Amino acid sequence: MSTEESLPQRPPPQPELQPEPQPPSPTRAIALSFAVSLAASIALCVVYIFGGQPQLEGLLLFFGLGGVAAGLIQWGGKLLPQGPYVQQRHELTSGEQSQEATTDTLEEGLATLDRRRLLVRLLGGAIVGLGAALVFPVRSLGERPGGSLFRTPWRRGSRVVDEHDKPVRPEDLPVGTVLTVFPEGNSGAADAQTLLIRLGHGDYRPRPGREDWAVDDVVAFSKVCPHAGCPVGLYEPDTHRLYCPCHQSVFDVLDAAEPKSGPATRPLPQLPLAVDGEGYLVARSDYHEPIGPGFWNRDR
Amino acid sequence: MIRRTIRFFDERLHASRFVRSSLDKVFPDHYAFLFGEIALYCFIVLLGTGVFLTFFFNASSTEVTYHGAYHPLVGATVSDAFRSTLDLSFSVRAGLVMRQVHHWAALVFIAAIVVHLCRVFFSGAFRKPRELNWMIGVTMLILAIFNGFAGYSLPDDLLSGTGLRIAFSIAESIPLVGTWIAFMLFGGEYPSHRIIGRLFALHTIIVPALLVGLISVHLAMVWRQKHTQFPGDGHTEDTVEGPKLWPTYAMKSLGLFFAVAAVLCLLGGLFQINPIWLYGPYHAFQVSSPAQPDWYMGWLEGALRLMPPWEIRAFGFEIPNPFFPAVLLAGGTFLGLYLWPFLEARVTGDRGEHHLLGRLRDHPFRTALGAATLSFYSVLFFAASNDLVAKWLKVPVSDITNAFRVAVFAVPALVFGVTHRLLRSLARSGAPRFSEMPRQALRKGFRPVGSAPES
Repeated sequence: MSTEESLPQRPPPQPELQPEPQPPSPTRAIALSFAVSLAASIALCVVYIFGGQPQLEGLLLFFGLGGVAAGLIQWGGKLLPQGPYVQQRHELTSGEQSQEATTDTLEEGLATLDRRRLLVRLLGGAIVGLGAALVFPVRSLGERPGGSLFRTPWRRGSRVVDEHDKPVRPEDLPVGTVLTVFPEGNSGAADAQTLLIRLGHGDYRPRPGREDWAVDDVVAFSKVCPHAGCPVGLYEPDTHRLYCPCHQSVFDVLDAAEPKSGPATRPLPQLPLAVDGEGYLVARSDYHEPIGPGFWNRDR
Repeated sequence: MIRRTIRFFDERLHASRFVRSSLDKVFPDHYAFLFGEIALYCFIVLLGTGVFLTFFFNASSTEVTYHGAYHPLVGATVSDAFRSTLDLSFSVRAGLVMRQVHHWAALVFIAAIVVHLCRVFFSGAFRKPRELNWMIGVTMLILAIFNGFAGYSLPDDLLSGTGLRIAFSIAESIPLVGTWIAFMLFGGEYPSHRIIGRLFALHTIIVPALLVGLISVHLAMVWRQKHTQFPGDGHTEDTVEGPKLWPTYAMKSLGLFFAVAAVLCLLGGLFQINPIWLYGPYHAFQVSSPAQPDWYMGWLEGALRLMPPWEIRAFGFEIPNPFFPAVLLAGGTFLGLYLWPFLEARVTGDRGEHHLLGRLRDHPFRTALGAATLSFYSVLFFAASNDLVAKWLKVPVSDITNAFRVAVFAVPALVFGVTHRLLRSLARSGAPRFSEMPRQALRKGFRPVGSAPES
């Protein structure tokens, strides 16, 4: 190492008059750490060969890796030179002169381009055109939102079925219970999921125009939370309230599923119900408004 | 042998001088400087365990009937993503440990980044000439949070599937282009069979590649600019003091890598994380309760829960409720972080180079603002569990939500005032540390403004 580049070391503190007692050598602790690691690694192989066991694997990995860690950190901290060594910081800027020179070089290059203005403009046009052309594949990422957010698979006369495609009669639902239902042929459909709720006799207080939307005190509301789209999965029969477990919006079924608390701003849309000739529940139509969370042109 | 290697590379790459100056490079030694390193080592563990997981995971939404080792779900209709995650957990030897270490490493990774960010913020290390590296760091935080979310969404379980549904709704809430963005990201109306595959590509290739690139630049800049240092102990703006890279710092840092890996393996081996078989497979009409995301999404989840039922409707158009807590708050958070070094320079007029870090009391406004900001996000984080708090306290959840709505503004204001005054008294008292500050000086700081003569 040449002298001019070797780093100066801070002068050591003034030696004490009394020699300090020597601390015990860390060598033994370091050796022990590495030995623990080695033993753990061997044990890890054995555990793996005998079929593996997650907790043991984690524990042995901890000792295998941790032994090396303990050894290295003690070695680096106790047996190696700590300095502190002092190193000069270099100035980060290369100086105004150099900045000027760089600017000049760039500008000279640009000036030579300036003489071919037509070519530069054409090149610019070509790059922009290419960029625009390459944006088109991005369009392939997803279909046009179009009307798909405004409708669900529910149609006039769609039979109401449960998640196993079984048609539902009003009397299948005891009072105070709920059932997740779908239009026949679309069981499991995310936007068609609907909650069928059996209210107590005479509890249904319909909004004007919805007097015939319930059948035998059975009402149907969209199960998709109008806040952020989670299934409104919790029903409290005593209070007739629906809870969304994601963000704690609360809807009052007796009050046309209006939000009573939490971040939701709209009621759950209601599905108009009827019964067909065989006594099974059917939809009178699709929902009269888009279900689920809001979006820019929802009210258009 | 070593000499021959050095000669080989020096004759071809002029490498010898650079390598030697690198080996001699001095690194300041302070525990507060280790959080960035811990994040780096978590990332390495993430890469290792992640590669293992990709060999078994199928990023497919195709529905299959489960016939694996986990009996309670045999016969259930699940996606292939869910099935392959169960199989790699239960039927691949050491698979469960790998998966759990991976998940824990992600949790600790983001925690280490956040603590590192706090250290850099409160010590003023983001000031000139390190603004660029601050911005790279903020970018990596965003990427890490995104990749954490993408990663835990892959198994297609009931909890993460609900999270994706919320993500779709948040994208939908963006004015004008929201539905297009949501449909483009997910490949169509929710639920789409494309999203798992897309998240897989982002999670395993694109974001990790970006992170590798940004980490390299981040470290290269630290290398070039040399590390900052705490004041005192004779430290100056013109020098760096500490052990040399070779061999001391290298050995300690390698030791830290093994220590981080060891702790992550202990967590992954002994502490169950994301037991998707208990949540069950995702079906769009089912939901788990209670539903809390991974910790680093807590502030967003909390903001969604606390937002009052407001939205903007005018001229037949609407800006839905989730836009404000999710898009606006998140965007504002990261924009504020990006701009902070420049804002502070502008407000204080301090545009000088700083290599010595500041003490908290030297910058009472910055420190108090940072503490208040942290308390704001902490309240949001706890608000993400308003249902659990309500259950423990046996109080209606709406009351808890209202209490949080007050706290989210009251707590930061209080934290700001108290921190600012404490630091001012501390600076005035001249005590070397907080615990040694005389009582009287403490009281002085809290006297109403005007009664204490300012000097």
